This record gives sequence, structure tokens and C-alpha cells, in this order.
Amino acid sequence: MSDPMSTTVNDTANPPVKRLRKSRWTISSWNWRGFVSIVIFFLAWQGAVSFGLPGFTKIPGPSEVVQTFVRDYLFSPHYWHSWLVSFERVFWGFALAQIIGIPFGLFLGTSRVFNNLVFPVFEMMRPIPPLAWVPLSILFWPTNESSIIFITFIGAFFIITINIYDGVRSIKQEHIWLARSLGASRSRIFLRIMLPAVLPAIAVGMTLGIAVTWNVVIAAEMIASDSGLGRLTWEGYVSSTPPVVIVGMISIGLAGFLSTIVVDMIERRMMPWKYKR
Amino acid sequence: MTKASTASDRTPSPTLADRPATGKVSVRNVTKVYDPEGAHVVALDGFSMEMEAGDFVAIVGPSGCGKSTLMNILAGFDTLSTGEVYLDDQLLAGPGTKPLPGSDRVVVFQQGALFPWMTVLQNVTYGLMKKGELTREEADAKGLEFLERSGNLAKIASSYPTQLSSGMQRRVEIIRALINDPKILLLDEPFRAMDTVNKNRMHQHLLRIYQATRKTIMFITHDLEEALFLADRVIVMTTRPGTMKLDIAVDLPRPRHHALMASDAYLAMKQQAVLAVREEAKRAFDRGEREMA
Repeated sequence: MSDPMSTTVNDTANPPVKRLRKSRWTISSWNWRGFVSIVIFFLAWQGAVSFGLPGFTKIPGPSEVVQTFVRDYLFSPHYWHSWLVSFERVFWGFALAQIIGIPFGLFLGTSRVFNNLVFPVFEMMRPIPPLAWVPLSILFWPTNESSIIFITFIGAFFIITINIYDGVRSIKQEHIWLARSLGASRSRIFLRIMLPAVLPAIAVGMTLGIAVTWNVVIAAEMIASDSGLGRLTWEGYVSSTPPVVIVGMISIGLAGFLSTIVVDMIERRMMPWKYKR
Repeated sequence: MTKASTASDRTPSPTLADRPATGKVSVRNVTKVYDPEGAHVVALDGFSMEMEAGDFVAIVGPSGCGKSTLMNILAGFDTLSTGEVYLDDQLLAGPGTKPLPGSDRVVVFQQGALFPWMTVLQNVTYGLMKKGELTREEADAKGLEFLERSGNLAKIASSYPTQLSSGMQRRVEIIRALINDPKILLLDEPFRAMDTVNKNRMHQHLLRIYQATRKTIMFITHDLEEALFLADRVIVMTTRPGTMKLDIAVDLPRPRHHALMASDAYLAMKQQAVLAVREEAKRAFDRGEREMA
């Protein structure tokens, strides 16, 4: 297999290194408009706070947020522990949803008996929002931690499963036929044809799943936990220190962004043929 | 496949290979009834045809005339209701037999069915190791050799199908079928989605392969001109339920080139065929069915 980082370029036409440098680092491709708009955003925010525009009287400006962050949080183990805790929850909820959701979706798509038995219950439970599971989850699971991971899992599970179920149903009949013509056994058809054919659906499930997971984990932490980035944000509100709320919000945004990058890297590695053109 | 089969567009076609020993097809009185939720749809109704080993037969008909059904039965993807299909005097399909696909009857589909997650070489060699005769290395070597022989395609061996043009994809697909040394090549409107220039090139390519290998070919198409140009026999089917309407012997010399399409012999043959097909198309139109696709 070729180096996954070079898969975006056609290596027969152009040497990968050259193309990468050109598309990523030269001035011509640098989005200066985006930079300008970010600067304007922060200036407008600061301006709105400084002039005391309606609604902004209780909201800190960016300078105050940065001050608070550097003074109280940047070197605080408690703050970085919140990151770790939230990431752990997201990881377990997400990983469990994949581990259980992928085979579940595959079975739903391939076995009529399993589908007939299970799909109605699945569809009955799917519309229930993950946060509606919070009280029941706390009652059911022995520890707070396990109940939060369960809620996170629920958030991603249905999305992942339904995507894979859909992916199985859209496998080209011709591919199965051809594999059989070429002498493939049932197990080889599953491994070499069906599984790769649903990889794109798995990838979509991962992209959507990771976003939902962060949504759910933050809300669950606000309701039912004493740690994590969601809790940090909520405590900022409860203790009337608005800069902390914004530090929390930005941290959550950053954490979600980093997770998306990781998921994206996994997807590229998973499907080299999708990114090679 | 002999050496000079498909080197490039300008290479002269080799002389027509001798008739092979295998690849004789006999379709006897085949009927296929689909029964979705009780509504009878008769796709094929008492259809019979004989193909000698090494024949190039084109089947032309309107959409839904059962030509794909016929091919699916031959390929072992579908069952038949009554009748029998024999390949080299061995029963391939009869009432109640299980459909059995095999690498001696590989289909090239109209939408293209290369596996997108495999490289060209992996696609081409996919069927080779199943028989347990070749190792991975031997299969790869054979795959590269076939690609190289078929117009120096070894250079795209590690490309993925999405990186290739549709014409190139179809060529790879044909190689994937040929490398298994099939008794019959089943082509299901393989050039349907192509523009005229590419289609013409693919015609020449296919004709060269036929010249060199003389595989029995069943070529399904809705395009009568294409059928007359390529095949030795053109079978025109009626609209549903599919039966044989015409069996035209195409008595044109091989090797064929597109200049042939301007010759009197070709034009006369086309005129006769067009009239017959138009009559059938009109019947379909009057019955409100889909017209000749």
C-alpha cells in the first residue's frame, strides 16, 4: 500500500511532494480572505462588548477571555484533565457504537430473518433523542461514567447502524454476481466485496457519528457529570464567570475539530481508492 | 489470445482464428416468468437459439424484451421457468436447477462492474487463484502479461478504476473476463454510455480480440447498427414477452473496419433490418410500452 498522505495526488502524473507543497503552502493557495474575516470577527466582537451593545453587557470580550485562559487555565492540570475526560468518553462511546453498530447494520442488511425480528424495535427506538435517555441511563448503570458513555454510544449507534444498513442495500448486484462468476466463496464475497463496498457508508457513519458524539457528551456532562469540558462550561455559568463559559466553548469546538481530523485520516487510510485520482 | 491481438489502434487485425472446440450454446424453448406479488410478467416466452462455438451473435431488442434475462440465465445469475440451456452439450440450466455462475461465462456489464476498491491488477487477477492452480505471484505475472498484451496496459496495473476513462475501464473488464479463458463472452450493452468516437474505438478493439481468440460472443445491445457491424448473426427480439422476431445472418467479410459501414452490402442489410425493427417498435409504441431504448 502506498503512503496514505500522498493519496490525494496522482503519483503517475506528478511527484507527490511537489504537488503537496504547491497545493498547501504557497501564497497563491493561501486563503487571505478567510484570515481577514476571522480578524474582523474578533474586532466586531471586541467592539460590541466595548460599546456595550444590547445583550453584550454581560458577555466578556476576546481580550478578557484570552487573559482568563492564559492566567487560570493554560497551565492548570484541572483544565487539561477536562479535555482528557471528555475525549475518553467520546472515544468509548464512538468506538462502542462502531464495534456494535457495524455488524448490526451488516446483519440488518443481509439477513431477512434478523431484519424482520429486530428492525421494528430499532425503528421504534431510533427517534428518541439521546438526551432523553439520560434519566433512565443514570438509573440503569452503576456508575456515572458508564451512564455518560452509554448516552454517547446511543447518539452515534443509530446513525452508524442506519448508514451501514443503507450501504449494504446499495451494494451493486453486479459486483456480487461477478464475484460468484469468478469463483468466490460466500465468506470471500463478504470479506472482499461486501465489506469494502460498505466502507464508504461506514465512513459517512463515522463523520456523522463523531459530530453527534461531541454534541451528546457535552450536554450529558452538563446534566450528569462533575468533570469534562461540558461541565467546565456549565460551571463557568453557574459561578457567574462568563469568560470561563467562552473558554469552554472554544475548547469544545477545538476538540470536535481535532476529532474530525482524526476521523478523516482514518477514512483516507481505509479507502485509498477514494482519494486517488 | 495470440500475440498481436490489441497492440494499438493502427495495428492490422490478425487473421481470424480457427473455430474453438468449446463454446457451443443451445437455448431450447426457454420461458421465464417473473412473479412479483402475484402479477405475472413473462420476460421470455419459448425462446430458442443455437450458437456454434466461435460465433459472434448480437441480440437486439427494445428495453424489457428479456435480453438481459436471457443473459442472466446463461451467466447463472437467474433461474428459468421452463426450457433448457446447454453449454457444450452439458445442461447448464433447466427447470429447478440452481443457478450456477462460473468463470467460463463472465459478463461485462453496461454500467461497468470493476471493483472500485481493487487496483486494475487485483481486479484482473481476482478469479485466477480460486482454482488453486496459481500462486499470487503467478497470477500477478499472468495479469501483467495480459494487460501488456492488450495495448500496453501494464502501466495502469496499480491504478484504481476511478482513475481510468470509461473506455479503459471496459477494456480492463474485458481482460478480466478473457484471462479466465471463458467458453463464452457475455457482453451486456458494454458500450452503451460512450460517445461515438470512443464507441468506435471499442468496436475495433473488440473485433481484434474476436479475430485473435474467436471466443463465442453474445453481445446484447439496443443499437442495430452496432450489432450489424460487429456480429455474424443478429437476433432481433420482440417486446415482452420476449420471443425471436428475426434472425439475420450478417454475411460481411472479416476483418471489419468502420469503412464497411458505407458499403452497399452493409447498407442493404441495414435497410432490411431497420424495417423489421421499426415494425416491432411500432407495435410496442401502440401498446404503450417503452420504445427502443
